[in-house]
Amino acid sequence: MIQFQYTRATAAKAALDAISRDKTAMFIAGGTNLVDLMKRGIVSPERLIDISRLPLTDITTEGKSLKIGSLALNSTVAENKTVQQKQPLLVQALNAGASAQIRNMATVGGNMLQRTRCHYFYDTALPCNKREPGSGCGALEGFNRMHAIFGFSEKCIAVHPSDMSVALVALDATVVVDGPKGQRRIPFIDFHRLPGDRPEIDTNLLPGELILGVEIPDNRFAKNVHYLKVRDRASYAFALVSVAAALQIEKKVIRDARLALGGVAHKPWRLSEAERALVGKPVSESTFREVAQLAMKGAKGFKYNEYKLKLTPNAIIQALKVASKLV
Amino acid sequence: MSKINSRDQQSGESKSDSRRDFLKQSAVLTGAVLTPSIALKAAEAQWDEKLAEALEKIPLKLEVNGVSKSLMVEPRVTLLDLLREQLNLTGTKKGCDYGQCGACTVHVNGTRVLSCLTLAVMQDGRKVTTIEGLAEGDQLHPMQEAFLKHDGFQCGYCTPGQIMSAIACIREGHADSEEEIREYMSGNICRCGAYPNIVNAIVEVKKGGKKV
Repeated sequence: MIQFQYTRATAAKAALDAISRDKTAMFIAGGTNLVDLMKRGIVSPERLIDISRLPLTDITTEGKSLKIGSLALNSTVAENKTVQQKQPLLVQALNAGASAQIRNMATVGGNMLQRTRCHYFYDTALPCNKREPGSGCGALEGFNRMHAIFGFSEKCIAVHPSDMSVALVALDATVVVDGPKGQRRIPFIDFHRLPGDRPEIDTNLLPGELILGVEIPDNRFAKNVHYLKVRDRASYAFALVSVAAALQIEKKVIRDARLALGGVAHKPWRLSEAERALVGKPVSESTFREVAQLAMKGAKGFKYNEYKLKLTPNAIIQALKVASKLV
Repeated sequence: MSKINSRDQQSGESKSDSRRDFLKQSAVLTGAVLTPSIALKAAEAQWDEKLAEALEKIPLKLEVNGVSKSLMVEPRVTLLDLLREQLNLTGTKKGCDYGQCGACTVHVNGTRVLSCLTLAVMQDGRKVTTIEGLAEGDQLHPMQEAFLKHDGFQCGYCTPGQIMSAIACIREGHADSEEEIREYMSGNICRCGAYPNIVNAIVEVKKGGKKV
């Protein structure tokens, strides 16, 4: 790892000041992804601003929403009684991610900002438009078993690796940030972006901005949620496909639904059309089969990830069956 | 290059093969590619060398296995490398060094973390416990005893990480069934495949009810 300067911020304002003065600086919190990337020479900031001790760790209920500080640890959020009661889908998604040790280190803000695990992004000897714009996409014609089936571009077919973010996009979360433009609120669905011509930019967070936290509006899904993660081993592996499903069911009829996918796109992939198609329908396997087909509209596979075109609808059906307690 | 040479001549230093000289020359040769560290900037700006070196290292206070330590570390040093290289606590193992295997698991303020992905400077003021800090004199920790009894290892390389993780698994309240133990121990990889025996060891310590 190349040498860098280290600054510890004790207040959010100081952190914002420090990053505005040094364009080559980066924030570090849990470090579980950034330290890894720095060791491999994929990112090399000249200064790290340690924000891990900022007072942004609170988990509170305010009005009709749950507020989670950006520096709350993944394990703290998953073990929090209020989160377990109000947003069990988020808890399931958090516990499906990484390992117990990493969840003890990783923060909510850092989880959202983690980079893709595409092998071409990680191997500095290979081309990657995300790591080195203009160098080409190695995965497009290469080993693309883990890659996107939705929303990709010719420049990049990588997927976003976060489980937590799949639950947050399904649950209509809002990201609260502070920065040069002052505080602003970003709907979670607009936080991550598709690769387009600029795959090196993962999110719509502006330079110098700091994530303060996320807010999740209360909902009536708590009884019928499921986060299904399909991966190469039973635990501690990134998703091939994951599904976040949340249903509000009254007398065996679906009244409201939220559905999102992980492991299939450059961003957590919300399935709004499929959600609308679920509303008013009876809880049944045939309903779920129809909706799963609808969800796959526009999907396209590459040489080694065509299996996802079958796996994804099956995973959607299974997640909905478990959420609705059909199985 | 000429600036550095003239400085060297002024100070009467002969060219040595010290790391500092190497860095200075690297800075000149590959300045466009390398991101300058403080030392490199110091070389470019002709700062006093000793000052640059002092700036590179940052004071750090840690309590390691109950002993207070006042250290100087470069910010890029991981907790794992600090433990192994500076404190000679080689019980904590470097497996992958990329957060994929769990061999480097230690406790910081009582919670299990991966020391390979932890910058030491970020842990200032905290308490670190490694495998060396578990036994009390000749009395092994109950988890160490259980790993011996159940043969919870073959080559032993992952064992320090497994034991640190196993203790935390019980403390966190996630050792109530074999299934739960397997899930919450999944961050510790064992290439010898001692998993069934590791699970048995944890089950026994959990059932024994001793404080871990």
